[in-house]
Amino acid sequence: MRVSAIGCTALLLLAVAACGGRDSGGGTTGTAASGQCQGQQTTGITDTSIKLGGIYPLSGPASAYGDIPKGIKAYFDYVNAEKGGIKGRKVEFVVRDDGYQPPKAVEEARRLVEQEQVFALFQTLGTPSTTATWDYTNQQKVPQVFVATGASQWGTDTAHPWTIGWQPNYISEARVYAQYLKTEKPEAKVAVLYQNDDFGKDLLGGFTQAIEGTQIKVVAEQSYEVSDPSVDPQMRNLAESKADVLLNITTPKFGSQALAADAKNTSWNPLHIVNNVAASITVLKPVGFENVQGVVSSSYYKDPNDPTWANDPEMMLYRQKMQQYAPGADPNIPYHTFGWAVASSFHKAMEAATCMTREGLRDAVRNLKGVKVDMLLPGVTLDTSQSDGFPIESMQLMQFKGERWELFGEVIDTRKEFGPLTG
Amino acid sequence: MSETDSAQVKRAPAPPAAPRRPAPAGPLAGRWRWVAIALLLAAACYAPFQLVPFHVFQLTMVLVYAVALLGLNLLVGHAGQISLGHGAFFAVGAYTTAILLDHWDGMPYPVTLPLAAGVAFLLGLAFGVPAMRLRGLYLALVTLAMAIFLAPLLKRFEELTGGSMGLTLAKPAPPAWSGLAPDQWLYFLTLVVAVAAFLLAHSLLRSRVGRALHALRDNEIAAEVMGVRLSSYKTLAFAWSAMFAGAAGCVYTWVIGFVSPDSFTVNLSITMLAGLVVGGLGTLFGPLLGALFVMFVPSISQDINDAAPGVIFGLLIIAVMYVAPTGLAGLAERLIKKIPRKE
Repeated sequence: MRVSAIGCTALLLLAVAACGGRDSGGGTTGTAASGQCQGQQTTGITDTSIKLGGIYPLSGPASAYGDIPKGIKAYFDYVNAEKGGIKGRKVEFVVRDDGYQPPKAVEEARRLVEQEQVFALFQTLGTPSTTATWDYTNQQKVPQVFVATGASQWGTDTAHPWTIGWQPNYISEARVYAQYLKTEKPEAKVAVLYQNDDFGKDLLGGFTQAIEGTQIKVVAEQSYEVSDPSVDPQMRNLAESKADVLLNITTPKFGSQALAADAKNTSWNPLHIVNNVAASITVLKPVGFENVQGVVSSSYYKDPNDPTWANDPEMMLYRQKMQQYAPGADPNIPYHTFGWAVASSFHKAMEAATCMTREGLRDAVRNLKGVKVDMLLPGVTLDTSQSDGFPIESMQLMQFKGERWELFGEVIDTRKEFGPLTG
Repeated sequence: MSETDSAQVKRAPAPPAAPRRPAPAGPLAGRWRWVAIALLLAAACYAPFQLVPFHVFQLTMVLVYAVALLGLNLLVGHAGQISLGHGAFFAVGAYTTAILLDHWDGMPYPVTLPLAAGVAFLLGLAFGVPAMRLRGLYLALVTLAMAIFLAPLLKRFEELTGGSMGLTLAKPAPPAWSGLAPDQWLYFLTLVVAVAAFLLAHSLLRSRVGRALHALRDNEIAAEVMGVRLSSYKTLAFAWSAMFAGAAGCVYTWVIGFVSPDSFTVNLSITMLAGLVVGGLGTLFGPLLGALFVMFVPSISQDINDAAPGVIFGLLIIAVMYVAPTGLAGLAERLIKKIPRKE
């Protein structure tokens, strides 16, 4: 009996195997491109619509980032309803949840590309999820544009032309601080606290490279793990170095701890530089605003909490449209602003594209020349070329005064100061 | 002896089996069960030629999880031990494969399967030692600690594990003679491993080992009286379950081509346990149903409500447990039983 069952299965197997492979029909839903764009991929785009897919952690430990797609959706809804879409095409933005887990991100990427037939992946969030998916998107020749992670590999890598980042990478950010010290404290002795992972090492590596050949010296380094309960021991060790600058490369929770430890230690008063990731008001508030006066950081897009932009036309538009298209979402949360800024960057890139095809988008995001996006700080522009895969590489420094960050100095363009970033 | 036997049968949480029949026979007994399995297998072989690659990929992941749950089922469903650290063994298998493929060029990928399973087996054996002395919640805590401890550990040895960036690997390419697409090839590789794992677990449970494990689950003292060596069987149950998890982890690396510590959080272990309980503890089809649940229910719950997929997922688990306290497999058996049969 069992033998016959196995025999049946074997027969069926053979029959199936005889059928052979499958037709590679990549079912196109778009209209065929013509003219110079002939033969290019038009999946997910027609004369009246564009379908985009995004993958974010809506659940799990990193779900705070789940606010970003709300800002993006509000922007696209506004453009669809009031501007007739992007070049006459209404944008449909499909968001999927990966819970910050790479295997889930792979599944969702395949769902978006194969089942939803999206034109492009517009943002995957986090370095692990993006690393897990970029081989697939590049094999399928699907644009994966403006990924929400600051790792430098999206721009330095040459094997993945379909993937590109957006926000300043961590090396560029490190260069901004190095440039600041070069002019303000040319003989600075720097103590560094950093998170022991790709993010911390990218930033620290960028900083040590940027200060090569100057009088600035790194005199002490201390690392911590994300699983550590506190960075107090590291801060005590750093205090012994008597450095006059503290570079604080941390994520929010540890940023707070380091700022508090620095405030408590009255015998050591270095210039405290905290990186952009940990520079939000929510990090500084528990430390007490009186304890963080004079702390330096950097930024590249407009902070909705900064009264400087209260009468800024773009900020006013943003507040009004958020209320209209995303009621219930608080426009003061910078993640919404981030979403708005990256969506309008995509709008600009699509407008600049010569072909409304996947290839057209791929080439357009690598051919941005001084593109102004109103939600970015004045002077920060999008610039890329075939050999430069980093859209934003300039930032402006800011110092904490009273109850808010105050921008100061000029926007620092790290390309101009240090040359292009290469792998 | 016969009295204890029947008493044990009554206490067993698995669907009551006819006396003198080993293995939970249920209504799907004998010939029909084999026909059902053959049909299932035939459908599994036919599916990749009909489905789009995305669905083939989803089915591949279902099989990967099914192999891991098969191991967990052995430990939790059949031996009555608890493990909140099954994801750790899964990760060990995945990382063993990734490191082998990454550090030795030209390493044929089939070789990584026995190695990954072997490493996980040895680790399971080592972790089975505390299992001999602990039970219930204490054992659960030790295994939970293992799951928590692994991710930071993987970040430390950067030379070997790639640190928090993880390792990116090439996926096995289909040989030219097969004429298969890459996703179909991966699917069939996984299917072969899954079928082998299924047969291995099945024959293991039908042997005296299976009977010893059931005795251990139902009443430790009675089992010892009957001559079952508790310590060695508990340790072995851990090692076998780890071995299946390691094999599943190995196939996972083939399919995804990328490992990072963030892929194997505590959440994975807990989801696996939840999936198995929903699928049906100690049943034949439980691991497969549990794998389907783990794979599809999170995305279904996101389709229902975008804002809080986690809440819907939790509610669905509660609903399933309310309707089917013995899991989905138990529910199927109960439904079949309700159909009047001529005997």
